[in-house]
Amino acid sequence: MVDTALNTTSVADGLLTDDGKSLKAKLALATRRNKLRAFLLVAPLLVFILVTFLWPIGVMLYRSVYSPNFGETFYRTAIAIKDWDGKDLPSEDVFAAFVADLVQAKKDRTIGKAGTRINYEISGARSLFTSSARKAKKLEPPYKEALIGVKEQWGERNLWSTIKRLTGSYTASFYLASLDRRYNKDNQIVTQPEERQIYLPLFLRTFWIGGLVMVFCIILGYPIAYLLSILPLRTSNLLMIMVLLPFWTSLLVRTTAWIAILQREGIVNDVLVFLRIISDENRIQMIYNQAGTIIAMTHILLPFMVLPLYSVMKTIPPSYMRAARSLGATQFTAFTRVYMPQTLPGVGAGSVLVFILAIGYYITPALVGGRTGTLISNVIAGHMQKSLNWGLAAALGSLLLASVLVLYWLYNKIVGVDKMKFG
Amino acid sequence: MALPSYAGPGERIWYYSFRVVCGAIFLFLILPVLIVVPLSFNAEPYFTFTSGMLSFDADAFSLRWYADIFKNGMSAPNDAFSWAWISDSWSNAQWVHSTKNSFFIAIWVTILATSLGTLAALGLSQSELPFRGALMGILISPMIVPLIITAAGMYFFYSDVGLAQTYIGVILAHTALGTPFVVITVTATMIGFDRSLIRAGANLGAQPHTVFFKVIMPLILPGVISGGLFAFITSFDEVVAVLFLSGFEQRTIPRQMWSGIREQISPTILAVATILVCISIVLLSTVEILRRRSEKMRGIRPV
Repeated sequence: MVDTALNTTSVADGLLTDDGKSLKAKLALATRRNKLRAFLLVAPLLVFILVTFLWPIGVMLYRSVYSPNFGETFYRTAIAIKDWDGKDLPSEDVFAAFVADLVQAKKDRTIGKAGTRINYEISGARSLFTSSARKAKKLEPPYKEALIGVKEQWGERNLWSTIKRLTGSYTASFYLASLDRRYNKDNQIVTQPEERQIYLPLFLRTFWIGGLVMVFCIILGYPIAYLLSILPLRTSNLLMIMVLLPFWTSLLVRTTAWIAILQREGIVNDVLVFLRIISDENRIQMIYNQAGTIIAMTHILLPFMVLPLYSVMKTIPPSYMRAARSLGATQFTAFTRVYMPQTLPGVGAGSVLVFILAIGYYITPALVGGRTGTLISNVIAGHMQKSLNWGLAAALGSLLLASVLVLYWLYNKIVGVDKMKFG
Repeated sequence: MALPSYAGPGERIWYYSFRVVCGAIFLFLILPVLIVVPLSFNAEPYFTFTSGMLSFDADAFSLRWYADIFKNGMSAPNDAFSWAWISDSWSNAQWVHSTKNSFFIAIWVTILATSLGTLAALGLSQSELPFRGALMGILISPMIVPLIITAAGMYFFYSDVGLAQTYIGVILAHTALGTPFVVITVTATMIGFDRSLIRAGANLGAQPHTVFFKVIMPLILPGVISGGLFAFITSFDEVVAVLFLSGFEQRTIPRQMWSGIREQISPTILAVATILVCISIVLLSTVEILRRRSEKMRGIRPV
């Protein structure tokens, strides 16, 4: 065993512990044990988050591409239509298979669901499917002519290429819809005409409002964070309460307060009328629109800007500014050339945080947003609860999530997520 | 930083106007939170100050909206005050019901999130941990992912496993949302933790669990409690997941407020809001006191 001492590449290799094993191996074992112990501490929460949080979200987002319902209902058609080249109408075989599927779907009561699915692609197709399914049992061959006899829409090539596309289990159509694109007659992807675009303007509006809220938070947050950082700790701790109390107060309370302040019969309008700035008839509509959303969201997200700014400004020694002044810089130059560049990490951290939270906001826009202040989250909720178009909700959700994750990654680069602090 | 005696007039103007601007911003922050307090004592069912309130007419103020919190939903709200009235309110009043739910759910969430989060933070603060950044990223993600996506995902998942419209479903969902706050707060406390104390404890013959309860725990306790309070308030305020996951039985205070704001807007909401503001003042003060205590323990003193 002492022969190992001949190994001269490393001293540690040659050293032995008292039970005769090499020190290096023992050290490696100890490190491994520590690693494992640290990991085991994290493991329960990791498993919990994976099971109750990440997995459900993953499954939900999978719905944006996976929609097998239509193909399962029209399984005969799915096989028959595979060889159709899309140039003319499909052959008689396809029509025969389709009528057989219609009859079965009517019997199994699955026709409504399949009809709803195709209705997302071609409006009005649901009633075409359900009404034809009712008559399908009585149809005689040749099915092609018979079906077109029932409703002449069955003779449209566009309809059949849509059916062919939907019989697959995987679809891109929800993503296309959420980017305001669709398939045209020749199965090419085209952009919706301007006046029928819904989601692209909505994404733009979400980012626009998020950006505005972010800018307002910088404008309002920078001065008070600066003041807090230069005041003696006792005073600044007292003033900090003004930042932290809103932070700790329920979101709904703050939103309610803004309704009371901004509504037509609210406090701001009352004061303006009292001061004769506006007349009683011309009260300003400040809520249930975009302005209301922006004001309330700025108020709600401002602490998220002040806290990171404050923690960065706190670390900047005041002597730097004094040094700049004594070297002849004016107050303004000293501020812009010496102080401000050092606060940029804080501005970046706060901005990304505020923007991330703003574009995912749901409650406040839903309550005070009205028609012009709704964000992408509200539309996702609408598709989840009202129109039940879960595929589209999932597609919109994953696009929103993707933009948030990019920013989250950026945030991690700028500050490191473990540097985040509250209060 | 006081104004130096050699400051010129320009600097003087700047000094005072800057403070005025900051004062205005502080008012912008705090006024909306405080404005609900006087409004909740309105005798009229309005969301604004009546002329009587502005002239401090005693008749313009009332506690009727606070009484409404206890009465709304009762089978016999106008009976004389008695044990029967109290038990009627306790079991039938909507706001009382949702208050019970809110506390029940939030307390369970606090227990679960604090234990899971503290353990994870202990692991995360060890330098040996592999993939530290990635793990931290995953554990913090519930705070970053837009709530609507979380809620939608959980809605499908909990419906599939039969936990939708149950207390367990809401508690699990809120625990996931609350743990990041515990992880962040406790990890921040662990940064100032002197690791040689652990070795000292072990050196003196203490078992690992003794070291944990006698050495580590007392030192990080302020951080753990703050994290727990953050988890509590997260659950107590959360409404999106509740909207998707809870049934009528699991209604919480924010859920009740949500439908109150959307459907029948009554000053009862302002009365509830006032109570919630008081709760947040209590929680905030507790966290502040704990933070000072923890700073004192680590030898940081206010200047």
